[in-house]
Amino acid sequence: MTSGLWHRMDLLARQLTPSMFTLALVFINVIPLHIPEFSRVAPLLPLMAIYHWAIFRPKLLPAYAVFLIGLFQDILTGTPIGVNALVFLVVYGVVLSQKRFFIGKSFLILWLGFSVIAAGASVISWAAVSILNVALIEPKTVIFQYLMTLGFFPAIAWLFLRWQQAFLRFD
Amino acid sequence: MQQGQRFVHRLAQPIKNLAQRFAYMGLVLAAVGIMILGNVDAQLMESFRAHVTDTVAPILDAVSRPVESISKAVDHVRELADLRKENDRLRQNEARLLQWQSAARRLEAENKVLKELLNFVPGAEPSFITGRVIADTGGAFAHSLILNAGNRDGVTKGQAAMTGKGLVGRVAGVGSRSARILLITDLNSRIPVLVGPNRTRAILAGNNSDKPRLIHLPSGETVASSDRIVTSGHGGAFPPGLPVGVVMSVNDGGIGVQPFVERNRLEYVRLLDYRLGKILRLPEKGANSSMDNKAGDHKGARTRKP
Repeated sequence: MTSGLWHRMDLLARQLTPSMFTLALVFINVIPLHIPEFSRVAPLLPLMAIYHWAIFRPKLLPAYAVFLIGLFQDILTGTPIGVNALVFLVVYGVVLSQKRFFIGKSFLILWLGFSVIAAGASVISWAAVSILNVALIEPKTVIFQYLMTLGFFPAIAWLFLRWQQAFLRFD
Repeated sequence: MQQGQRFVHRLAQPIKNLAQRFAYMGLVLAAVGIMILGNVDAQLMESFRAHVTDTVAPILDAVSRPVESISKAVDHVRELADLRKENDRLRQNEARLLQWQSAARRLEAENKVLKELLNFVPGAEPSFITGRVIADTGGAFAHSLILNAGNRDGVTKGQAAMTGKGLVGRVAGVGSRSARILLITDLNSRIPVLVGPNRTRAILAGNNSDKPRLIHLPSGETVASSDRIVTSGHGGAFPPGLPVGVVMSVNDGGIGVQPFVERNRLEYVRLLDYRLGKILRLPEKGANSSMDNKAGDHKGARTRKP
């Protein structure tokens, strides 16, 4: 009886980790690191989490969680509220529809897929923020941020892969 | 029995898929709706943002502390490496600054005498509120900071945010224990400034890069590279004379400005409380309360002065 309860709680805690990690990355993204020029082009960490979990454990990161995390990202970073919610949802939807393509592919293919999807995400946020502010955002910083995001992807994806192999094998 | 279950399952699966698809589309529409609503009713979104930021401020505060200690430790090690060179530089600096100090003392005394001659009424002295930077929410799309000081500490919307070096930005949103600072480099930042020794009027406009630009210069006026830029106080948004930066480049692409404040160095930010924000409110309300405040302001300034 007690062991059953413990087991269920353990399972629940594990199942919450993908959403919690994604949320944690939103926080980590805004911590002042005091590194010159870094905050301007800081990689979009939550985007990697959404891409990763949408491929491997979509049931543990439902669409409404993606939406809420996107809203939270907008609120913290000061972008017009709704932009990242939309971008994250689009990334989530596109990845889910192409899930069959990604499953079982090598890491290089995953990275390549991410490069395409993150490029799309950058273009959408660039267009949305430009329209909402009625001014063109300088594309240079957007491109740098995109490249930083690509560069950081392997580290985050590797951590998540290890985590899911260790604690989320049941799916 | 098993067949029946299978039948139900077969029937339920497409319905479930359909419902999930509808839910997804609903969320996408909600995101677009919120974007449009935010554009129509900026006030509502601002207060929503302030509330949520307020809720998570303690978490940000706690998380940013160890990171700050680590970066400080790294800085210390780096400083140790060129201590001798730094010392040399500082000695030279000190000699130069002492000359400046004597010049400033002389001018201050002279200024005081002249002011007495003219019966000059001094402007309000500011009081300060200091807050720690608990989030640096940069990126390509918005430049803002979150401070761990809010309403309860006396922060109000529109206050100028400074460090010892110069202007950082202004308070764009306030919660009870947190405040959002819109940096001068943000796309939405527009600050009336005076440029150079001729005190040419201009607007400092952020563009989401680290070099804001000068726009709306009067025709015929020129500015040169390395001209100093200070706030003008026009429009009442900022007190006059706060240092902002220097003109860095003048070319066809516009006039680029190097702000005095290095963004990555920001740890603590001072908010200047001149009570000027009242002017930006509704005229009839503002007229009364700004009068009231002026009286109270001098008192407040005097008591808070060291």
